[in-house]
Amino acid sequence: MYAALWRILPGPVWVRILLLAVIAAAVVFALFTWVFPWLDGIVNPIDVTVEQ
Amino acid sequence: MPGGLIEDRVDPADAEERPEPSGAPEPARSRVSFVGVLGELLVTAGVLILLFLGWQLWWNDAIMASQQSDAASVLSSEWREQARAQHGDTPAPSPEGYGDPVVDTTAYGNGEAFAVMYVPRFGENSQRGIAEGIGLDVLNSFQLGVGHYPGTQMPGEVGNFAIASHRSAYGGGMHEIEQLQLGDGIFIQTRDGWYTYRFRDFEYVTPDTVDVLAPVPHRPDLQPTDRIITLTSCNPLYSTAERIIAYGVLESWQPISAGPPDEIAAQVAAWGE
Repeated sequence: MYAALWRILPGPVWVRILLLAVIAAAVVFALFTWVFPWLDGIVNPIDVTVEQ
Repeated sequence: MPGGLIEDRVDPADAEERPEPSGAPEPARSRVSFVGVLGELLVTAGVLILLFLGWQLWWNDAIMASQQSDAASVLSSEWREQARAQHGDTPAPSPEGYGDPVVDTTAYGNGEAFAVMYVPRFGENSQRGIAEGIGLDVLNSFQLGVGHYPGTQMPGEVGNFAIASHRSAYGGGMHEIEQLQLGDGIFIQTRDGWYTYRFRDFEYVTPDTVDVLAPVPHRPDLQPTDRIITLTSCNPLYSTAERIIAYGVLESWQPISAGPPDEIAAQVAAWGE
């Protein structure tokens, strides 16, 4: 899977590493901006109140 | 066959198309195994879960904390402006003090902010808006963060003013609750005035111990004579197994136009003005 990604990327090793870093940053940005806020509304185990 | 896990093999014809000259096909690069992909997916899932926890406990927590304290300061200064417009500048206290605390009898709807909490022990920018209700729309709000248990008393009222907030994540309005020390100020500002409560003691209870919200905690049968505040949050830190309860007793009250108590004057003035 990741080996295939590495093979698809063009250029010499340092270009591939740079590209991977950019891709990883984009993925983390998308997760933090859209995916995690959405996911947070679904899985919410943190409860702070006293209730019966 | 025993090697059934190997789902796909690069066709030798494909291998020959590769630009780099390769004599023998390299086995490690030319096969995709089911176990290999499964392993990579599991590692990816682990990394995603860690990322989510990091986002929830630190990144989002820090963003919410800063927005909640800003929103609380906006409320706080609006109410002070209103008081200044209505009553002019600071009145001199009468020799007897300001008398019994004014109690707001408005029936607030769920999510309506009616107070701001200042606790110097919680550190800078720890002020939070207090709204009616303890649902996630209040506790996980970017504007509020502290919820008032419906049915419990209001600030300054005889009985129990009970509020809840997160200890970790979602802005952590009570993140430093376990650092409270005997006599620490818990200051509540409303449209009417400033209520100074003094921290008295902690209690650790199970999440279903609703008796801590009674006008006299644990004694629902008794008529209250004291004016107390009850803070509830989760315990231990990063867990929801128990609840940490902090009790305080009303020490004094002053009208909003008298300005904030000295202990929080700097924190109140630090924003905006």
